[in-house]
Order: sequence, then C-alpha cells, then structure tokens
Amino acid sequence: MAEMEPVNRRNLEEIEAERFRDEDRRTASSIEQEEVEKTVLSRFELFDKRAEVDIDCPLLLRQKHAAFIKGSLLHLHESYQCLDSSRPWLVYWSLHSLALLEEHIEPEECSKIVGFLAKCQSPNGGFGGGPGQLPHLACTYAAVNALCTIGTNEAFGVINREKLLEFLWSLRQPDGSFFMHENGEVDVRGAYCALSVSKLTNIFTPELFEGSAEWIVGCQSYEGGFSACPGMEAHGGYSFCGLAALFMLGKEHLCDMKAFMRWITNRQMRLEGGFQGRTNKLVDACYSFWQGGAFLFLHNILFKENKSIVNSDRWLFNQEALQEYILMCCQQSSGGLIDKPGKPRDLYHTCYALSGLSIAQHTSLVKKYVVGSKINLLAPIHPMFNITFDSAVKTMKYFENLPVPQIGIP
Amino acid sequence: MTDSSSDCTYEEEYVFYKNRPHWKDVTPVPQDDGPNPVVAIAYTEQFREIYDYFRAILRSGEKSERVLELTNDAAQLNPANYTVWQYRREVLSHLKSNLSDELNYIGETISEHPKNYQVWHHRRVIVEWLKDPSKEMEFTNVILAQDSKNYHAWQHRQWVVATFKLYDLELEFVNDLLLKDVRNNSAWNQRYFVIIHTSGFTPNVIKNELEYTAGKIREVVNNESAWNYLRGIICHTESGNITSEEFIMKFCEDLYGTGCRCPYLLALIVDICEELFELGASDEIFSMQRALQVCDDLALEHDKIRKEYWKFISRRINQALLHRTTAA
Ligand SMILES: [Zn+2]
Repeated sequence: MAEMEPVNRRNLEEIEAERFRDEDRRTASSIEQEEVEKTVLSRFELFDKRAEVDIDCPLLLRQKHAAFIKGSLLHLHESYQCLDSSRPWLVYWSLHSLALLEEHIEPEECSKIVGFLAKCQSPNGGFGGGPGQLPHLACTYAAVNALCTIGTNEAFGVINREKLLEFLWSLRQPDGSFFMHENGEVDVRGAYCALSVSKLTNIFTPELFEGSAEWIVGCQSYEGGFSACPGMEAHGGYSFCGLAALFMLGKEHLCDMKAFMRWITNRQMRLEGGFQGRTNKLVDACYSFWQGGAFLFLHNILFKENKSIVNSDRWLFNQEALQEYILMCCQQSSGGLIDKPGKPRDLYHTCYALSGLSIAQHTSLVKKYVVGSKINLLAPIHPMFNITFDSAVKTMKYFENLPVPQIGIP
Repeated sequence: MTDSSSDCTYEEEYVFYKNRPHWKDVTPVPQDDGPNPVVAIAYTEQFREIYDYFRAILRSGEKSERVLELTNDAAQLNPANYTVWQYRREVLSHLKSNLSDELNYIGETISEHPKNYQVWHHRRVIVEWLKDPSKEMEFTNVILAQDSKNYHAWQHRQWVVATFKLYDLELEFVNDLLLKDVRNNSAWNQRYFVIIHTSGFTPNVIKNELEYTAGKIREVVNNESAWNYLRGIICHTESGNITSEEFIMKFCEDLYGTGCRCPYLLALIVDICEELFELGASDEIFSMQRALQVCDDLALEHDKIRKEYWKFISRRINQALLHRTTAA
C-alpha cells in the first residue's frame, strides 16, 4: 500500500465563514449561488456528524460506482437516446472510470468492447458516434482513449493510423484550427482532440499543426482562461483543451501564463471546494477534471520556468477541499457521481468527478493526499489524455515502435 | 454536456414508417452493432425504426421531400446526431428548399434544446446560406432571456455581430444585462468584445471604461467579473502596466482605506507592488514588504482556499527581493 501524506482539512466553522456576501444586491447569479451553498453546507454538516462516529468517513462508494458503471457499459435506459451519437464517449467514460477504480474487466468483455468500437471506425478514418455515423473528432478522441485504456494488442490494432492521419488532415483549416467533423463547427476542442490522438498513437507531424498554437493563443480571453474561439468567454472545458494543446505543442510560452494562473486558481469555490467553469457561475463536479487537470500543466510549466519557488508537493489549489466536495456532495448512494447535490447521476459526471478526485489525491507519483478512508485512493491519471498513467505509458510504448505513416499531404 | 430530455411529442396516432404507403419502396437497414453490442441503448420502437429508415436513405443517397421529413423525425429524437443534420443540409441544398422556413424550424428546435452544439451549428449554416442576419439578434435575445449565460447563444451572437457588422446596438444590450445582473460574466465578456471590435481601447475609451467599471465595483465589491474586466482594460494602456494608470492606484488605495479587504482588491494591490518593483520605482505605499503582508493576509484570512497560490506568489516576491539585494 502506498504511503500517504497527512491531510489538512477545513473545519465546519471555517467553511461556514466563506458564505457568499450579496452586499444587498441580489441578482440571478447571487440567488443561485446562495441556494447551492445552502445544499452544500447541509451535506458538509451531515458528514461532520458522521465523522464523529466513523473514522472512514467520507468513503468513496467504490462497489456502488463500479456496479453502476458496469451496468451502463452493457445496457442503457432509453433516456440515453440523446447520446446515441456519443457511444464511444459512453464507452470511454465507463472504462476510464473503472480503470481509476482499478476494477478488473474480463478479457472476453474487453474483446467485445474492442469489437464494438471497431464498428464505429469509419473506412475513411476516425470514429463516429455509433456504427455507420460520420467520423467525428470528439468521438475519435473518446474511442482512441477507450481502446488505449483497454490496452491489448487487439485494441491497439483496431486503430487505422494511416486513415486516422488522413482524417485529421481533412479537418485541418489553413489557420491551424480544426473542424469537429466534415462541414462541422470549429472550436478549440478540435485542436486538442487531434493532438491527443496523434501523440498517443504516434502519428503526430508538426506540419499537421502548423499555426495551431497561434490560433489557440487567440482564444485566451482577457480573463486569462481560454474560450471556444477568439472573443468568447473563458471556460473550464476549453481552457483545459487550450492549455493541454499548447503544452503538447511545446508552445505554452506563447500565452499569458500569469493571467492564466490567476484565472484558474480563482475557479475553485471558496465554500464548496469544487470548481466552477466560468467566473460567477456555479460549482460543478465535472470541472474537477477540466480545471483540476490544467493545474498539472501549470505546475510543470512553472517548474521549468523557476524551479526554486514551486512547491513540488502540492498543486496550486486546495486538494483536500476538492476531495471533500466530490466525496460529500457528488456521490449518489446508489452509485454514480453527479454535478452537484440534487442533480441526477450520469456517466459523464462519474468519469470527470473521479478523474478530478484522482488529480486531487496524487500530487506526483510519490506524494498522495487522501481525504477519508484509505481505500478512496484512485489510480493516477495522465493529464494530457485523461487515461490512467499506466495506460498512457503502455500505449506510447506500443506505438513508438511503429513508424509515423507517410501520407500524401492534401 | 448534452441535455437528456428527448421526449417525443407525437400525437396518439403515430404511423410507423413500415405502415406508410409512400415509404413502401424502402427497405430499412438495421444498426450493425456487431455480435456483442456494448452501451446498448434501449431504443424505443419509434427511434429504432426511424433510424433504420435513415440508414437506408444514407445508403441510397436519396434527396427528396420525404427524406427531409425523415431527418426531421430523426433529429427530434436525437438532436445531437450530426450525421442527420449534415445529411439534411445536403438535401436542403439539393432541393433548393425555402431557407426561411428552415430558419423557423431550427429556431423551434433550438428553443427545445438550447444547449446542443449541432442545432446551433445548423442555424449558423442556414444564416450563412441566406446571407441574412435580420432574425438573429431577436432570436438570441429570446434564448438569452431564458438563460443569460448560454454559451452557445453567445457564440452564435458573436459570430453574427462580427460577420454582419451589427455592433451598433450591442453595447446597449450589454448595459441592460449588466443592470439586471452585474455579476453576469458573459455580459462583461461581450462588452469587451464589442469595444475591441469597434472603437478599440483608445485613451478616451479606457478612461470611460475605467470609470464605469470602478462604479460597478463600488456597487458590489466582491464581483470578480468587474475586477477581471478592469484588468482587461489595463492591458490596452500604452505600457500595458497597471501602474501607468494613476486612476487605478488611487481607486485601490481609496477602497482599501474604507476598510475593504476584498480578495480581488488585495490581489491587484499585490500586482501593483510587484510591478513597481520590477520597473525599479520604489514606492512607499505600494512596497514589496506590503505585498508580502497582503499575500499573508490573503492566505490566512481573506482568500484561504487559495493558500497554495498566495504562498507561491510570496515566494516569487521574496526571490525578486533576494535577486535585487545580491545584484546591488
Ligand atoms: Zn458538469
């Protein structure tokens, strides 16, 4: 069992002192915020009482979550019809969550999943939202991550790298940005997904991303975070994509890192402990990963710039407070994780809440801070791709022996 | 991510495609999930059938009025199916359909699913084809009235405003939103967007914006949106320095003098101290010793959740001080 560091938790009094001050100016934003704080505080109070009699509190409901995910991996209720064009995502969210929980999946089960994902691959390269659907960059990212999480030769072998590279070229725009699909929308997710799959499967070529870094930097808003496209509001999901993409390109110095650091550190909610996606919006567990993940790049970048002032034992956010939010406010007792108290469970929030929990637990591969029971410890992730660290290492080892495909650049 | 409400609102006497005489010639194509499907969604009978027919059409490449109807049915059941929308656009363009009707239709769909990527993208393509933005401002007004922070609606609106140069009334719109909710960060962002693309941040505009924003901060001090916008303005001063604006220094000191210890104010004071030091200008009020003290206050009292961050900034300041003494 890994060695764990002592944790610094806030007491209830300290948390209560962080209540929102509306300064006698009640607006839609402040009213919503105060409502959320009320429900979150009541969860913290409940757990405070429980902790008096239970030293393992808060506990990650591992079996419940695993059962919910394994069930979803097989069958989904008809309400999932609106995700019928995101089935590789459903697979990835499930498999990655199970990998974080270190749940074993039988080899026959893996084989079946690989077979299904192969059905989603387009003959022209890339993966679609389901069998027969047009290839889509986000589905491609999800399918590749799912296959790499499975990590068998059979899974790796599914990915048609030549065609994948052709597909990426077909979506590239002259300015270095990417369409999400043929004639589809353009935003910063495109560059990130294209970079992630090409780095993971060793089909990356600098020509494919000529101008991408400059285009992404144009998405950094005056607040410091990144937005979907130039001009829009800084946002957690796009910020992760923007910074991760710049990092993969080795061009992070092109953006204003001080402004980014100020923006992202301010996204952690002072009472809830979780992250919000944008300024003056509400906490949401999925940003535990989107915002939390960006801190890993930030840490690395600051370390390269000025090693002596970086505390290598800690990310630049309150790791215990994030764990408390996820464990106390976002677990459904019947399994699955949620955005915030009162919301229904789903695979997306389960995956990203667990990914964020893992980030908050592991500062490096050595330092571990685990709030609550020791069994809460999850597998560490690789922040570039958001698959487990072990899966990422195994995948890159497998593909580094294969040559980068040579294709006629259109 | 995606909204999960996809209840279909057909009248009782829904007729399955297999019972529709004018679809008799088409043989439906079932989904090929392979022998071992995973994440198998329990499709309703209707959903399954509609998509079986859609797959048949994708295969035959038929582009007709009845296919438009079919894509409508398919999109209503799953508005996130980008393959359906893409094919619908091919049909629309092939049939040279009435695009104003299409705009009305997609407007209704967006109203039902306002947080979906595909429906907004469809609208944008239709507006591009029409080269007519006349309905767009009113349309986004309605969507933003229901959710004034809807990211897709703002993205569409920015595209329309920029593409068709509709900046004229936009600042007024933003002002109204900020009167309703001064914490609406999307509105602040739009303010910046409009100014940067119209007047630009000229010295005069900077002066006005600083005064406007300072006024908003005095109304609600703990409003991060306004503080962030203030920093956004400063980037456009000639030097880009905070300390080149006498106004800001005085504003901060006045506010501090009233006893205000809002973390955004304190953070700005720390930056002012650091900047003056970097510029080699020693200042009695904004000194590095004060910066260190304020960082401590933030870490221990006013912004505890960001303790690691403030400790980092403290180390940065100490290092700068150390370099200066060793260099001297
Ligand atoms: Zn969420």
